[in-house]
Amino acid sequence: MKRNFKIRIAYISTYLLFLIVSFILGYNPGKEIAFNFISFLVYMLKILPCAFILIGLFEVWVKREVIEKHLGEESGIRGYVWVILLAGTIAGGLLVAFPIAYSLYNKGAKLSIVFTYIGAAAICRVPMTIYEASFMGVKFTMIRLLISLPLVIITSILLGDYLNKRNYKMAEGK
Amino acid sequence: MYYTYAITGLILLISFFINKQKTIKAIKISFIKIKKIVPTFISMLIFVSIILFLFPDEVISNFLNNSSKFLSVLLASLIGSITLMPGFAAFPLSGILLTKGVPYMVLSAFTTTLMMVGIITFPLEKEYFGVKVTLIRNTISFFIALIVAVITGIFFGEVFQ
Repeated sequence: MKRNFKIRIAYISTYLLFLIVSFILGYNPGKEIAFNFISFLVYMLKILPCAFILIGLFEVWVKREVIEKHLGEESGIRGYVWVILLAGTIAGGLLVAFPIAYSLYNKGAKLSIVFTYIGAAAICRVPMTIYEASFMGVKFTMIRLLISLPLVIITSILLGDYLNKRNYKMAEGK
Repeated sequence: MYYTYAITGLILLISFFINKQKTIKAIKISFIKIKKIVPTFISMLIFVSIILFLFPDEVISNFLNNSSKFLSVLLASLIGSITLMPGFAAFPLSGILLTKGVPYMVLSAFTTTLMMVGIITFPLEKEYFGVKVTLIRNTISFFIALIVAVITGIFFGEVFQ
């Protein structure tokens, strides 16, 4: 842990030093990288606080039994429908999907549902899908959704089964 | 974006009225979780800033506008896997590429891998799910994207041209 921390400090300071020197010398690639960094930082600062506050509320308010019943081992097909609807309405893509999926898992959602959530959050968020269709056409978007979603569900079930057989557990306390 | 804040604010307010203690606890949990993940996020941002510099829109366009369709699909899925681009930037770019004559199947490979496969988000994903699961999930997603691309090509009559 200590060593990792040192490595991290080392490359972050190298990076910062590079950006500062680039600005002093007027080195354009360095400036562009700094610009990229800031624009992505702003983008993430816009979504993340919201996402994490919702996760916090979720952890406090939603009872474990509720998640176990609807998204747990006994949930059946309905569980997948619920989790896809949930994924479809939450903005932010994968970055936000990981911590949410992790919270779902810790509240008792089964693995195949957790992976379906991640896949669905990537490919079928409602606002993004409408946006996509407006640029690429409805046909393109429909094909993508109708092919990828079943594949996501099937592979999530297979992956869930495989990991259950190996007694997979996610890291604790993230 | 703003409606997300409005809804979060509203939920937070309702929660606060129902139970003050629980709401404060929720906010504490959020802060602890953010604090734990911030270092990983910073490393990720550093990678993103460099990768986006190496793959600006023009470079991506050049890669996707290859004469061989199947090579383009492969390149598109590789670039989509490596780069990280929010949807509000990716789809307009794809729309432009479409008018430039890039086949649907290539753009399908590009956008699907962009959304599902994250080499840049790897450090973040592994924090939660571990290295092995992260590798498996991304590999599966990559192949799903390829399958979707080929079927898109079939539907748009691009595969057997």
